[in-house]
Amino acid sequence: MKYAKAIYASLIVFFLIAPLLVILPLAFTSSAFLTYPIPSFSTRWFEELVVNSVWSRAILNSLIIATATTALATVLGTLAALGLRSQDLGMKSQIRTMFLLPMVVPAVVLGVGMQSLFVRLGINSSYWSVIIAHTVVAMPFVVISVSGALTGIDRRVERAALSLGAPPWKVFSLVTLPLAMPGVLSGAALAFATSLDEVVLTLFVAGPNQRTLARQMFSTLRENISPAIAAAAFIIIVGTVLIALALMLARRRRG
Amino acid sequence: MSENFIRFQKVTKDYGTVRVVEDLDLDIARGEFVSLLGPSGSGKTTLLMMLAGFESVSGGAIVLDGQKINDLPTHKRDMGVVFQNYALFPHMTVAKNVAFPLEMRGTAKAEVASRVQKALDMVQLGHLSDRLPGQLSGGQQQRVALARALVFEPRVVLMDEPLGALDKQLREQMQLDIRDLHHRLGLTIIFVTHDQDEALTMSDRIAVFNHGQIQQCASPREVYDHPSNRFVAEFIGETNLLEGTVSAVSGETLSLTLPGGTVFQSHGLAGFRPGDKGLLSLRPERIDIYATAPEGVNCLTGEVTDTVYQGDHLRIVIETAAGRIIARINRKAAEWANGAKVTLGFRAQDGWVIAP
Repeated sequence: MKYAKAIYASLIVFFLIAPLLVILPLAFTSSAFLTYPIPSFSTRWFEELVVNSVWSRAILNSLIIATATTALATVLGTLAALGLRSQDLGMKSQIRTMFLLPMVVPAVVLGVGMQSLFVRLGINSSYWSVIIAHTVVAMPFVVISVSGALTGIDRRVERAALSLGAPPWKVFSLVTLPLAMPGVLSGAALAFATSLDEVVLTLFVAGPNQRTLARQMFSTLRENISPAIAAAAFIIIVGTVLIALALMLARRRRG
Repeated sequence: MSENFIRFQKVTKDYGTVRVVEDLDLDIARGEFVSLLGPSGSGKTTLLMMLAGFESVSGGAIVLDGQKINDLPTHKRDMGVVFQNYALFPHMTVAKNVAFPLEMRGTAKAEVASRVQKALDMVQLGHLSDRLPGQLSGGQQQRVALARALVFEPRVVLMDEPLGALDKQLREQMQLDIRDLHHRLGLTIIFVTHDQDEALTMSDRIAVFNHGQIQQCASPREVYDHPSNRFVAEFIGETNLLEGTVSAVSGETLSLTLPGGTVFQSHGLAGFRPGDKGLLSLRPERIDIYATAPEGVNCLTGEVTDTVYQGDHLRIVIETAAGRIIARINRKAAEWANGAKVTLGFRAQDGWVIAP
């Protein structure tokens, strides 16, 4: 039985990471095509990412947009989660559903709506339009993750802080926020990953100057299937794994 | 010593349409240890939460040291609160927890350190100051919570069932510790509990709550010996209740005639007049059991139907003409077999007549 479970788990894990195992080695191919077999190993496609201004610009854009999105979504999502925790808020579950809606609404629908809204506001095809669009889809992850952390906080601990002479803003900064920090950090990481990964909304609201890495990979796939895609994917995956590891370490240190 | 350090004046609390505290009056003196005792849902915790500022007051006034504090925010009330689940800050060390109220008051660093050390030594935890709360036992955590609530010398200390989560032995030890701190530091303590033994052990006065009202507020001895009504008599300790009619009143002694015609002489509440219905509350340990009727005491005959061994005492169940009576006798007294015919006796001052 124990072996059966282990085999079953291994198969699931394999199923999940098999696509990565297929694509990642191609990042190191010396061939000009994204196909097996690999003639010899080389780092030319990583050099391409740096040297070719289209790719390096896309990487820079992704970092700018993902960082801004993370900051915005984390602040707003945390505030929303705090508000949803308030005891005298009516229609709490309806409001919560509203906050989570961007996760379930089809991205295409959201994209069309945002594009026409941003055009009317005169901010379409700008960094702001992409950052706002990404924030909308990233915020639900922060709301969920911070809400989860907040439910784990005993209100009596905050009451104790109040009774010991801490004004409400100090209770928040010294007690509530530090205790919710693991949730805030994982929310931020999810927001960052969401932004990095976003293609559909970006297609609608980004101009040629806001081409993100994901968007660039998407169009390269259609135009010429270059192994630079695999190299870019490699970078994204390594980056994501590093963030996840950093989070795990931070959490472990907290005990 | 100001007599009315804390005053509750016609305090009311409503949750929607439910009234959990109703027109409540209570005065507490500086340095007094008052327990709020009652079943769950009786309003005692709500009253404490209103005093701490965690709950708003729906009606009436709470006055602290001459100042109405209904709308004073919690962090300005200067009250130390100890919660049942300790409510320590899990991400701060023991020393940081205890230093928190001092830092909030802007106390100088050196003084914070020495006062924290003193407070922790007071609860015998000076050696654990660098631990996190999660690394301590329940009893140790509660002592840290106590040190944290006392270190800033609050005007009042509020305790919400602080010993409820501890096991019996630890609880009894902490009861004595808190009582000792109360005497030593001259603290004003308001202590919520549903455990009557705890209230009897620790308090200067006990306020017995039911349905959002105080049924009686008096010393432990008074509450136990001279309950003001049936609820108090039944809630605190165990008692036998016998219904009858008051047939005569002379000074503090009443004559109560039971339905079978037996007449008892007993002390009781003031205000009874001949002809009133009365309820005799008779504590099991105040009853003696005799083989033959003695002189000068109230007597009632009956038959022993059961004896329950309780370690330090025996509970004897006796069926009488007036109903089933439970007596509690010392292990040194004679034991009785089931079916034995016995006479129960009690002195007038050991009974207490209340309104039915």
